[in-house]
Amino acid sequence: MHQTTIEQAAAGDGHSIAEAKKHMRTYAIVGVALAIGTGLTVWAAFINFGSREINIIAALIIASTKGFLVAGFFMHLISEKKLIYSVMVCTVFFFAALMFLTLMSMQHDNIVHMR
Amino acid sequence: MEIPYAVKARPDTGLYNAKVGIWLFLASEVMLFGALFSSYILLRVNADPGTWPLHLLNVKLGALNTIVLILSSVTVVFGWASLKMNQFGSYKIFQGITILCALTFLGIKSFEYRDKFNHYEVQLKNNTIVDGHKDGGNTDTNFFAFESARTVTNHSELMSPPEESTLKEIKVPMSEIKDRADGKGKEIENYGPWHSSYFAIYFVLTGLHALHVIGGMIVIFVIWGPLAKVWKTDPERYTNRVEVSGLFWHFVDLIWIFLFPVLYLL
Repeated sequence: MHQTTIEQAAAGDGHSIAEAKKHMRTYAIVGVALAIGTGLTVWAAFINFGSREINIIAALIIASTKGFLVAGFFMHLISEKKLIYSVMVCTVFFFAALMFLTLMSMQHDNIVHMR
Repeated sequence: MEIPYAVKARPDTGLYNAKVGIWLFLASEVMLFGALFSSYILLRVNADPGTWPLHLLNVKLGALNTIVLILSSVTVVFGWASLKMNQFGSYKIFQGITILCALTFLGIKSFEYRDKFNHYEVQLKNNTIVDGHKDGGNTDTNFFAFESARTVTNHSELMSPPEESTLKEIKVPMSEIKDRADGKGKEIENYGPWHSSYFAIYFVLTGLHALHVIGGMIVIFVIWGPLAKVWKTDPERYTNRVEVSGLFWHFVDLIWIFLFPVLYLL
């Protein structure tokens, strides 16, 4: 009874037990990739590319790639239901709007006074 | 009263309700942290040249904490997959490691905070600045004692970490320390959130993130410990709870992945 319920739960969510085993290997590979990405982030931050902007862009690209791995594989975003994607599209839209407003405000000098 | 679709998927969404709920919550969290990242960008871009610190935080500890959170994310998905395979014992081990990772992360963060609160900048009447870690054992009130510090003439020299060879024990007589302009004591300030815009946004971002780590850890612990009996009576529901708490935990990891380079490296 217990075993059947679990198997039903697994099957109902689109994940068979065999799939779960296969996924564990994927999770381990993603974990190692994230750890390597962390090392790469530190390394890229201390390299003199000739321009500080390149360090910033490199760090953001690596962080975004790591973010994609976490969201895509650990949070299963690469194989989610349509409703979750709809929620994500709305989130990305509003987040992009927020960043757009931030960039727009940077066009004016001295809007933030700081020490 | 039974809560509908707590276990089985709703026919229209194809998802159980808690999963929809956690994703909507995470969407709101993206906007919360997004607003703070936006504040960071504005503060940084508008900072006067030479006033934004670089590599002042301990990069090794920050990187170690990143690895700890990544490990915890792996153990969370391993725990969930173990439940899917009906291996409750493995789940308990993996999720136990997750809780240990959370405690380790918070321990390292506390150490970093303590280090900053113990780091002082003292302005002298001769317009030099003594900057370093306070000697906590000093009992002589006529002196402000540093266990390791450097003396600089320009504030911008404090924006990068000192070389070890320049650090030494320094005892500053209180009479040589500049009085504050408002007359309330001396120009002695530690590296708390009040020190500068950089440390204000650093403490806000990492403090809010640490609160999320604490919250996530408590939820994972409650499901792992006191609520473990639900596994025997309603395993599907229990597995769903683990999945939902795991989604929150991965989000906490995701935020740190961006916080680490932004605050420690750039």
